[in-house]
Amino acid sequence: MALLEVEDLTVRFYTEDGVVKATNNLSYRIEAGEHFGVVGESGAGKSVSSLAIMRLIEDPGVIESGEIRFKGQNLLELSAEEMRTIRGNEIAMIFQDAETALNPAYTVGEQIAEAVRHHMDLDDAAARDRAIEMLDSVGIPDAAERYSDYPHQFSGGMQQRAVIAMALSCDPDLIIADEPTTALDVTIEAQILELLEEVSETFDTAIQLITHDLGVVAEFCDRVMVMYAGHPVEIAAVDDLYYNPQHPYTVGLMSSIPRIGDTRDRLQTIPGRMPDLIENPPGCNFHPRCPYAEDVCARREPPLVNVETGDPADPINSDSQSAACLEHTGDLLEGLDYQVTVRGTDESTGDAASTDGGVSDE
Amino acid sequence: MSQQGTLHRPMGVSLMSSKEPLLRVEGLKKYYEAENDFLSQLLGRSKTVKAVDGVSLEIGEGETFGLVGESGCGKSTIGRTILQLEEPTAGSVYFRGQDITKLSSEELRNLRTEMQVIFQNPHSSLNPRLTVNDIIGEAFEIHDIGTESERDTRIKELLERVGLNASHANRYPHEFSGGQLQRIGIARALAVDPDFIVCDEPVSALDVSVQAQILNLLEDLQAEFGISYLFIAHDLSVVEHIADRIAVMYLGEIAEYGTPEELFTPPQHPYTEALLSAIPEADPRWDGNRIILEGTVPSPINPPSGCKFHTRCPKVIPPAGYALEQDEWRAILSLRTRIDNGNIPLDQFSGDIATAIREEYDIPDTIPADVDRILSEALEAVAVDDFERASSMLDKELETPCAVHNPAIRSTANGQVACHLFDDRYADGTVYPETTREAN
Repeated sequence: MALLEVEDLTVRFYTEDGVVKATNNLSYRIEAGEHFGVVGESGAGKSVSSLAIMRLIEDPGVIESGEIRFKGQNLLELSAEEMRTIRGNEIAMIFQDAETALNPAYTVGEQIAEAVRHHMDLDDAAARDRAIEMLDSVGIPDAAERYSDYPHQFSGGMQQRAVIAMALSCDPDLIIADEPTTALDVTIEAQILELLEEVSETFDTAIQLITHDLGVVAEFCDRVMVMYAGHPVEIAAVDDLYYNPQHPYTVGLMSSIPRIGDTRDRLQTIPGRMPDLIENPPGCNFHPRCPYAEDVCARREPPLVNVETGDPADPINSDSQSAACLEHTGDLLEGLDYQVTVRGTDESTGDAASTDGGVSDE
Repeated sequence: MSQQGTLHRPMGVSLMSSKEPLLRVEGLKKYYEAENDFLSQLLGRSKTVKAVDGVSLEIGEGETFGLVGESGCGKSTIGRTILQLEEPTAGSVYFRGQDITKLSSEELRNLRTEMQVIFQNPHSSLNPRLTVNDIIGEAFEIHDIGTESERDTRIKELLERVGLNASHANRYPHEFSGGQLQRIGIARALAVDPDFIVCDEPVSALDVSVQAQILNLLEDLQAEFGISYLFIAHDLSVVEHIADRIAVMYLGEIAEYGTPEELFTPPQHPYTEALLSAIPEADPRWDGNRIILEGTVPSPINPPSGCKFHTRCPKVIPPAGYALEQDEWRAILSLRTRIDNGNIPLDQFSGDIATAIREEYDIPDTIPADVDRILSEALEAVAVDDFERASSMLDKELETPCAVHNPAIRSTANGQVACHLFDDRYADGTVYPETTREAN
């Protein structure tokens, strides 16, 4: 049994414009101490999946089906009261915008101490000591002194450290970090990633890292799930994902990032943009943008399968690389044709070269 | 100027520029008054934020000049000051040889047909109550260009050119995605057929696949119309991809200039090196050494003395005559910055304060005895709350050129760098009482 097992999670938002299919049959697992990455562009359903784990999906959103098992217990069956003790205590969350995650009207230390008092049943003095200890452990200098500072007196990087301190204060087993470094400068991002690495090693904390940054994923994650339009399109160990991607969308993402030392004149692009989640294209959601799409792609929805065997994927019990592309069920006539060189000049060759830029993103 | 025979060109001058470049910026400064209320002025307490502090650069025709740095380094202020959206505190901006800081507002308005801007956030830079047609057509109105039907044709052409559908001219901004809005922003900038566009973080709000589309579009437009770009971004890998030459900024000054190849070939300015190494590599097998800089960018209200980067620099020149390892020296320097700022909460320490301070701020116990003696003396002064004495003692005994002189830009094998490490006179750490290149 893994620390976290998400099985067939389907979340819908019933809006005035129609039903938003935010996640569809999402399954994955995270082991204790593991760094699991969730990658995709805006609107892919990354954040919804993590809010679902925290049971923070609000009206008009509904978790339609599926199970979220944390240490074997289905979180969706817990009472609101029981869920409250899990939140913060066992599963903590770090958001992108640390400034809004902190209450501007209370001192930073007081906010951490409050969480500690609430979850760990400590008295005021002990909670204060624990808060100072946490601030110190995330590298805030003069922690005792800074305890009584207000959030606005902290820089952006320090605020994110404080949020991490708060997340860590109750020794959670799982941290869900939603774009934790996106708002930060690279030098500060490097500090924060190093810090997360350190704490997860020291406390054996598992981290689900949600990001759009393929550099951060490569550096930080053990396994990765790529999402597109509310569907998982590929799940793989990080090395396989970069050196042997099995879904055309993953390949497209890898080729569209500029890399230092890369001598290509033009970046490869994925033409068009992600569909809104109300009206998904029929068949494979990615087919209107896919350079390898064939007629069948518009008709048949590709299942997530083990890329070696073509059998239905089992992301909860198996580590094998899986992807949702008809290529792996033997339905494509022409097949996929790309090469991936992570450090070379050309990311991929073949048909992918026709996915040139400057096109209408209609 | 230089004893080593390295040619010292004016800052940022490209090798080929014998004739006047399209844009030439000289000694540009932009200061803001912080706490500028009446009382602080009366008490002489008003503080100056030196957002841009003496920047020079040149941009040739059809060239893309990249400007990178962390938030707050002044890169956007340079863009706005060049466009005369902000009045420079000092310095000149020459566009086609004419100093545009001296233009009247009428002349400036005419200049807007030649200099345009694309902003980071297309959602907030396009008026939500105007149709795309009106947004792009506004410039024709202001500059009185063309008849109505000519304008309509031109707007449709522009929309097609930036990859949108001409039939979208009557839609409102909220009907478009972020990438499409940025295309509209580009069409608006192109409307008056400019020669120069300031692109201020034009892709940082976009998803990677859309980012690549916009970068390619900007390059296509440059190839077609010969436009020059000042491309401002915090993402070094984006700038490296698009720019012909790059300037790296730190606290309002330029640390290093060069072509992408020059900039990314060691040896570099230690700040460039750190920035570069901080970019997470999109390669799980990458196992290079990451340089983690200490702390954050200091406040531009009270910037560090000498080289502004010395408070975070991992390669500060050690003082002459001591056998200090870099990590020992870095630890002492960080403590010294604290002492200079009076930033040691004495009431938090108990027992032998000097020992407690050494422990708290990770002073290695390996430092040579002669340095250790100086440090001990300084810490004794700190222990009795005499920060000033401690500070001047350390400054005097452990003097480094990096904390005294602001390095000027000098030419190296790889571009132009403002760093004393590239100045052989400072090789042994001696600080000369007089320097010909103090401050730029």
